[in-house]
Amino acid sequence: MGGIEIGTAETVVFWVLGPIALAGALGMVLARNAVHSALFLVNTMLALGVFYVVQEAPFLGAVQIIVYTGAIMILFLFVLMLVGRDSSDSVVETLRGQRVAATVLGIGFAGLVGAGIARATEGMVVTGLEGVQGGEGGAADGNIEAIAGLLFTRYLLAFEVTSALLITAAVGAMVLAHIEREPGSRLTQKERSRARFLTSDHPQTLPGPGVYARANSIAAPGRLPDGSPAEASYATGVEPQVVEELPPGDPAGDGRDPGAGRGHGPDAALGTTRGVTR
Amino acid sequence: MSLTNYLVLAAILFTVGAVGVLVRRNAIVVFMCIELMLNSVNLTLVTFARSTGTLDGQVIAFFVMVVAAAEVVVGLAIIMSIYRTRRSASVDDANLLKY
Repeated sequence: MGGIEIGTAETVVFWVLGPIALAGALGMVLARNAVHSALFLVNTMLALGVFYVVQEAPFLGAVQIIVYTGAIMILFLFVLMLVGRDSSDSVVETLRGQRVAATVLGIGFAGLVGAGIARATEGMVVTGLEGVQGGEGGAADGNIEAIAGLLFTRYLLAFEVTSALLITAAVGAMVLAHIEREPGSRLTQKERSRARFLTSDHPQTLPGPGVYARANSIAAPGRLPDGSPAEASYATGVEPQVVEELPPGDPAGDGRDPGAGRGHGPDAALGTTRGVTR
Repeated sequence: MSLTNYLVLAAILFTVGAVGVLVRRNAIVVFMCIELMLNSVNLTLVTFARSTGTLDGQVIAFFVMVVAAAEVVVGLAIIMSIYRTRRSASVDDANLLKY
């Protein structure tokens, strides 16, 4: 049989979308941020969907775009949002040299498989699907009906087993994601409030950092009315920072908090407005 | 241009996905790389279906998509439950079976 010539339009589509798909795949692997990875993968999947349509598989192309980019990737994004966007990769290699080894291995694998495929399929005949899914007077009335014909005859058993697989997956996801809580085990607001007032030294919220301070850094501790730093306002995990209390050269710079015990109002604590008020 | 171009592209995409699985540490990104590998195999199936003039390749690609959807649902649920217990989605942190 002679086969079909591949037209110029398809060639153009391939050479435009092929690099885009490849760039998406590389971007997915290289992107530090997992959300960027997901978006790069969407890009690749859309390009592949167009390839399916071009290759006489319009049904698969539509399913690719709806199921893969529409449903699966959105599921990925949901889970990324649940897990936290900033849970990005660590740069630490658990096995030394593993990244380099994997890359070298990948290049070698791509070279071998690519060259092998290229040689094995050289001059491969394009029979085309006109014979099995041809339109008017053909074997079937288009791609979808031809697929449906196969799906409900030769692949009927596989199709039925798929339904079992899907229900198993749904039940499995529910079981895995479910947290067992006995009824009544959750504390009510009243019980929590009571526990807070009876046991804790701090029924109210802890003082925030930076109250009366000259910096909005979380490391700057809040001040007590006498100007000393409030220890309860120290941020956990951050070294409390000594913040310069008055602008340099201030005549009243006695080391105490400028806002405390003086009659200047709240603006007096700010060095920039101090010169104006005086 | 022949169908070989599609097949070589699919092989390269598969390789990129495999390298991603080996290189990345974030379990979700590893999962995405597996999706990419499944997708590239689908492209191969569709290409061969066109080459041989039968639709079986397309039907198998369809089944691959169904299985991938089910796999993603279960896999992401597993990642969620691991994250809930270990506060991390890194594959290096889940090493309890190591010793």
